[in-house]
Amino acid sequence: MNLVQSSSVSYALNLNSTCLSELLRSRRWASILILIMLTPSIIFTTAATAQEPAIVQPGAPGRSTRRLPRSTRARLAPLTVADVSFMQGMIVHHQQAVEMTALIETRTANSDVRSLGARISHSQADEIALMKRWLVSRGYPVTAASGDMHAHHHGMGHSDQSIMPGMLTKMQMEELTKADGAAFDRLFLTGMIQHHGGALDMVRDLFAVAGAGQDAEIFNFATDVDSSQRAEIRIMQRMLEKPTTGGK
Amino acid sequence: MSNIALRIGQTISLTLLLGILTVGGVAQTAGESKTAAGSAPPLPPGMTGADGKDPRANLKPGLYDAGEAASGLRHLMLLRKPGAFQLDASDAESAKVKNTLGAIGIANASNMPASARLVMAQLAFANSDLAFQGKYLFQGNFYGVNIFDISNPNRAKLVTSMVCPGGQGDVSVHKNLMFMSVEMPNGRLDCGVQGFPPPPPGATADGRPLPPSPSKERFRGVRIFDISDITRPRQVAAVQTCRGSHTHTLVVDPKDRKNVYIYVSGTSFVRQSEELAGCSAETPEKDPNTSLFRIEVIRVPLTAPETAKVVSSPRVFMDPRTGVINSLTNGGSHDSARPAATDQCHDITVYSEIGLAAGACSGNGILLDITEPANPKRVDAVNDPNYSYWHSASFSNDGSRVVFTDEWGGGTGARCRLTDPNVWGANAIFNLRDKKLDFASYYKMPAAQTASENCVAHNGSLIPVPGRDIKVQAWYQGGISIMDFTDPSRPIEIAYFDRGPIDAQNLVLGGAWSTYWYNGYIYSSEIARGLDILELLPSQFLTQNEIDAARSIRVAEFNVQNQQRLVWPARLVVAKAYLDQLERSKALEAAQLEELRSAISIAESSRLTRGLSRLRGLGQTLRERALKATSPIDGKRMNAIAEILQQPVK
Repeated sequence: MNLVQSSSVSYALNLNSTCLSELLRSRRWASILILIMLTPSIIFTTAATAQEPAIVQPGAPGRSTRRLPRSTRARLAPLTVADVSFMQGMIVHHQQAVEMTALIETRTANSDVRSLGARISHSQADEIALMKRWLVSRGYPVTAASGDMHAHHHGMGHSDQSIMPGMLTKMQMEELTKADGAAFDRLFLTGMIQHHGGALDMVRDLFAVAGAGQDAEIFNFATDVDSSQRAEIRIMQRMLEKPTTGGK
Repeated sequence: MSNIALRIGQTISLTLLLGILTVGGVAQTAGESKTAAGSAPPLPPGMTGADGKDPRANLKPGLYDAGEAASGLRHLMLLRKPGAFQLDASDAESAKVKNTLGAIGIANASNMPASARLVMAQLAFANSDLAFQGKYLFQGNFYGVNIFDISNPNRAKLVTSMVCPGGQGDVSVHKNLMFMSVEMPNGRLDCGVQGFPPPPPGATADGRPLPPSPSKERFRGVRIFDISDITRPRQVAAVQTCRGSHTHTLVVDPKDRKNVYIYVSGTSFVRQSEELAGCSAETPEKDPNTSLFRIEVIRVPLTAPETAKVVSSPRVFMDPRTGVINSLTNGGSHDSARPAATDQCHDITVYSEIGLAAGACSGNGILLDITEPANPKRVDAVNDPNYSYWHSASFSNDGSRVVFTDEWGGGTGARCRLTDPNVWGANAIFNLRDKKLDFASYYKMPAAQTASENCVAHNGSLIPVPGRDIKVQAWYQGGISIMDFTDPSRPIEIAYFDRGPIDAQNLVLGGAWSTYWYNGYIYSSEIARGLDILELLPSQFLTQNEIDAARSIRVAEFNVQNQQRLVWPARLVVAKAYLDQLERSKALEAAQLEELRSAISIAESSRLTRGLSRLRGLGQTLRERALKATSPIDGKRMNAIAEILQQPVK
């Protein structure tokens, strides 16, 4: 059977794998195959042009690779309730970030904060659209029924059921709305760091649930949220350390 | 399995009902998508957005019939994604497709356009990175790898579809070995497509959802295949890592012929230690052995690849003086409860010949000394106020520049709209001198794209035109853009190819993931549509001689993150390319150009039997002229011509 694994032979002769394996049961045919192998390679090249593509699935390391039928089609990984809750919850979460950045226009002239805020606003508005698309195309509502949403109690110590990790409380939002200038900058940055931190928690929690995150799109999205918001937190921390008055 | 699916199905129909009650979600989304386009956040003051007048700005949408715009490029063919990587029918209305969508929870897709429905369901089968060897092209996919015979780029054909899911299928190839990155939790050691079935909905432990059960069957890391039989890759090793492998980089140590090395960049969550011993997601303060803040190095013995293993986990973010593991990452913040930091690299490009690697590491661009491949040492790090996520890097051929990319939004967002600044989600070009990076400029594909086209800087490779620094690059649904960064402070676009969005209303993930030059042609991995093959056309920015000179470079193997120094043969076509450049920069007068060209032409037409001493004489004159050249690059070009004229080869 080693013969079958020799590339030129299997490449050239695997027109019909059932037929081939029957052929190989007979030793006589095996010796003919050896002869064929020794004939000029041009024969194989000609045969190979008409060759159907091979569809294969390897086994675990050290195991053999098996051929799949030409009719093979792809199959999707399973989806879980936690995936859906994550998307629904993250929409609520992102909406607050957009609300926070909307305040910047009238509250501060600091160009660093304005520029960062614009970028967060672009990103999160865009991601809200992505999450809605994901949910709607799979037949889910963009907001969870009240019982569906898992309340998250770790993190910032809030008790509001509808609030997601890291989200600013009503009081914090009021404080931010009333502030301006350098005080606003500081509250905005600390608030957004807290807010982004909650998103990192939500991603961590998603992957801590059995079966979650196997869908390619949700996996990518959650991983991107984690990496991009982690990077933004770092930028905001630097801005807090070395505050500028802006207006460049 | 079917039981579980059924129960999930019931939950779905409940939520589906709610969806219908809230006025057929999709119609709403389509409307919102329009609104989203109209109400995209305004352009920040003082910044420049994309160009709405560009011919690429408003192309007709479509999956296979989208409008196209091209400049300086000719599209040769699109090979559609193979059947084994498509859902079980091509007709979105078919019962099979509806059942398949239903089984994974896409129950209410009926309001979406057919193209969107099919493609949405196929994101799990997205095409990703490319590698090349001889006449074969290896196209990674979240669901496996497809191998094509590209001996005739006008009639490339599929040779092998290898099914083996786990995303994102970043692929490299070396000799008889193929390497593949796996990061997703559905990845299985045995390449199974079933993933891991979730527990029944409602199953909880102490009121919380059940945690994932540790499984020895799960695979996240780097797979190694023997491809001696190209039609039957055999898995010989699967090296597990804590965060899996988002990307990986093949490292060939010129001093070590027995082994190759793989740098593993993991960006995803850390798995439980119950599943893989030693994995820890703790902060460095709590656990100095945390799996964060590091890359992994796998050593692969070429004659015994089955013994490949992780040999080191370099702390590339450590401050060597203080020993603090997250030194790049802390940002020095002391009052924040959460240290949020650069704890990962996304992609690393090694340039072994100059002993350096450039790492694009989420919050930073870093430079590594890789003289000892298993022990890379950071020698510089940069950040940038306009950068969101450091994604990939490439060196210029002479090693004097590094181009980084910013994958703002992770590639799933529309970030090339009229109102998206041209310095966000862009390339950043750095000068590299004495192991120090110094910012020079940004470059972003200039054409405005719609709100339904994901678009941001992505993977590219150099085009080996001698005397110039040119990079061809993928911009997702922003298409392919070719950037000349010979002057690093003023990069310009010299060619492009673009299609309209896959869908007019919905952003359906697609576009060019990786676009690379390989032995004379441009190959582009299209996420949703397949594999594009293109060729360069001469234009005001690029002459036929320059294209032919680029084509004179042939490599046996090409893995773009393992950068090799390209050396042009001393052929007269290369000299002619330099001459065209000297004409363009007006460094030589018309009479001199004419004299050189006619002498070259005589030598060429005689197949190098006549006029050689004349060439040598002209070369000598050029050398003297080079000393007086006003720009250093023109001086270099003149010397390069003189070198070729000294002893041209066929």
